[in-house]
Amino acid sequence: MSTPRHLSAALALLFLSTAALAETPDLGRPAEPEEIAVWDISIGPDGAGLPPGNGTPQQGETVYTAKCLPCHGEKGSGKPNDQLVGGLGTLTGDQTAVKTVGSFWPYATTLFDYVRRAMPFNAPRSLSNDEVYAVCAYILQLNGIIAESTVMNAQTLAKVQMPNRDGFVPFSRQK
Amino acid sequence: MGRKRSAGDAPELAAGNGLLDRRALLAAGACLAGAGTIPARPAFSAAELSVEPWMTEPGAPFVGYGQPSKFEAKVVRTFASAPGTTGTGASRTPLQRLNGTITPNGLHFERHHSGIPDIDPDLHRLLIHGLVKRPLVFTLEALARYPMETRVSFIECGGNTGALYQKEPAQLDLQASHGLLSCAEWTGVRLALLLEEAGVEPQAQWLLAEGADAAGMSRSVPMKAVDEALVALYQNGERVRPSNGYPLRLLLPGYEGNMNVKWLRRIKVTAGPTMTKDETSKYTILLPSGKSLQFVFPIETKSVITHPSPGLNMKGAGLYEISGLAWSGYGKITRVDVSADGGKSWAPTALQEPVLPKALTRFRMPWRWDGGSAVLQSRATDSSGYVQPTRAALIAERGTKTFYHFNGITSWAIGERGEVRHVYA
Repeated sequence: MSTPRHLSAALALLFLSTAALAETPDLGRPAEPEEIAVWDISIGPDGAGLPPGNGTPQQGETVYTAKCLPCHGEKGSGKPNDQLVGGLGTLTGDQTAVKTVGSFWPYATTLFDYVRRAMPFNAPRSLSNDEVYAVCAYILQLNGIIAESTVMNAQTLAKVQMPNRDGFVPFSRQK
Repeated sequence: MGRKRSAGDAPELAAGNGLLDRRALLAAGACLAGAGTIPARPAFSAAELSVEPWMTEPGAPFVGYGQPSKFEAKVVRTFASAPGTTGTGASRTPLQRLNGTITPNGLHFERHHSGIPDIDPDLHRLLIHGLVKRPLVFTLEALARYPMETRVSFIECGGNTGALYQKEPAQLDLQASHGLLSCAEWTGVRLALLLEEAGVEPQAQWLLAEGADAAGMSRSVPMKAVDEALVALYQNGERVRPSNGYPLRLLLPGYEGNMNVKWLRRIKVTAGPTMTKDETSKYTILLPSGKSLQFVFPIETKSVITHPSPGLNMKGAGLYEISGLAWSGYGKITRVDVSADGGKSWAPTALQEPVLPKALTRFRMPWRWDGGSAVLQSRATDSSGYVQPTRAALIAERGTKTFYHFNGITSWAIGERGEVRHVYA
């Protein structure tokens, strides 16, 4: 679809003039790149925003045992809180769906994002980036998604193919 | 039960099993008793008309912030926390003990992912950045100087009524089954105005909204939601409660509760969704095929009868008012029908004005209960023409393994002793 050049120019002018006419309070202070960098902790599904650092499943096991196991159980088996490992094959059929990082989460980047911002529950934001990479590596390895020797970092984590990556379809309204 | 009326103005039957024409409500006035509230007329007693103690001495002094009567101590939220935590979980609104459509602030439902943060408003900041020409930081003092808008909006958790997917009807009271639903008057600054000041880049399609709680709760929001979005500072006239996002929250009228990010501290303008934990591993609808529906944003058209409901039993045959709530994240409720015979026959209810888009709407219907068994149902239609589906139709499409966005018709069975039970009909 194309718009005649003169029409799009006219539309652009109209938009500009409307924007210029609208008076707004304009009381926000410009944010500096350094302060945005501190605040911006979200990680995109393409890995955008992943920080420097790295970790292995073995290093992750140490962190997990010290900080995650009391809530998430031995090797991510769950109880008293969410199960992190297993559940493959439970999304269909009559059995209860066991939705874990391995069976359900579509992106490994989400794991990094969530662990870094919210875990461990009693001390969020306390893990170093290396520790977060390591814990992610351990959980992914327990799920059989990466090998024991695989190092997780900004490049490798973004490339991890999760088993349920294609398990989602956008909702559209039925009538 | 209501006075006998002369034969000439008896309300007409509107549908099976005793449903009366909704207009009888307007005409009959005091003739109609509230459901389950009026006992059989007692004999005259002189003691009942005596001078009560509270008329013989001055009453209580002023207090700075008022509280409900001590006789209303049962009207409270119920809540459960995740194992090993306090304040992480959900609290539920006692819908069966309220009337009208506005939820008092102390009873608004809550869902917290890491408790309620104790935020000093002077230290709180809102950052807008990402695909914008001018990243901006706002203080509360600055935001308070912006033009504001007020709107009434329901908020419903995407997991509300999840138990109704179960294969057997859960025997829960209305608070336990439907209580992740509330409605308030919200006042705040239009998000569109702040984004306009920041200058959104043309490739921007989404926002990432993030809270200042210890979970850093975050959700992706499609840009079209900005049309009606408020950065809300006030809830029912007072500053937003800490449990609902003090000092400011995102309000996306009609959108599932989780997206109305509380304690809002950051908006990042993005090209695509961030795929946060809550929009992938939670709040998606697992289908029998094994695929999951994602980005289920507005709450579908939905209704429930609040009076009577399980726990609010009938007290003898006679005239009652059936009353309930209807809501849609897509617009206004245009019609609510009620059935007293399990869906065989239906009649339209009276909608309490004002009916507002994306707000709770109260419906009312007169019913002469003959004391026999009945199955009560309500069915809402919204301004888009969408009609609330039967539970069977919803389950046929989605199966019973999911948990989110149940909006099927809910059925209450009335037994011969007046007890009200949740059934599938």
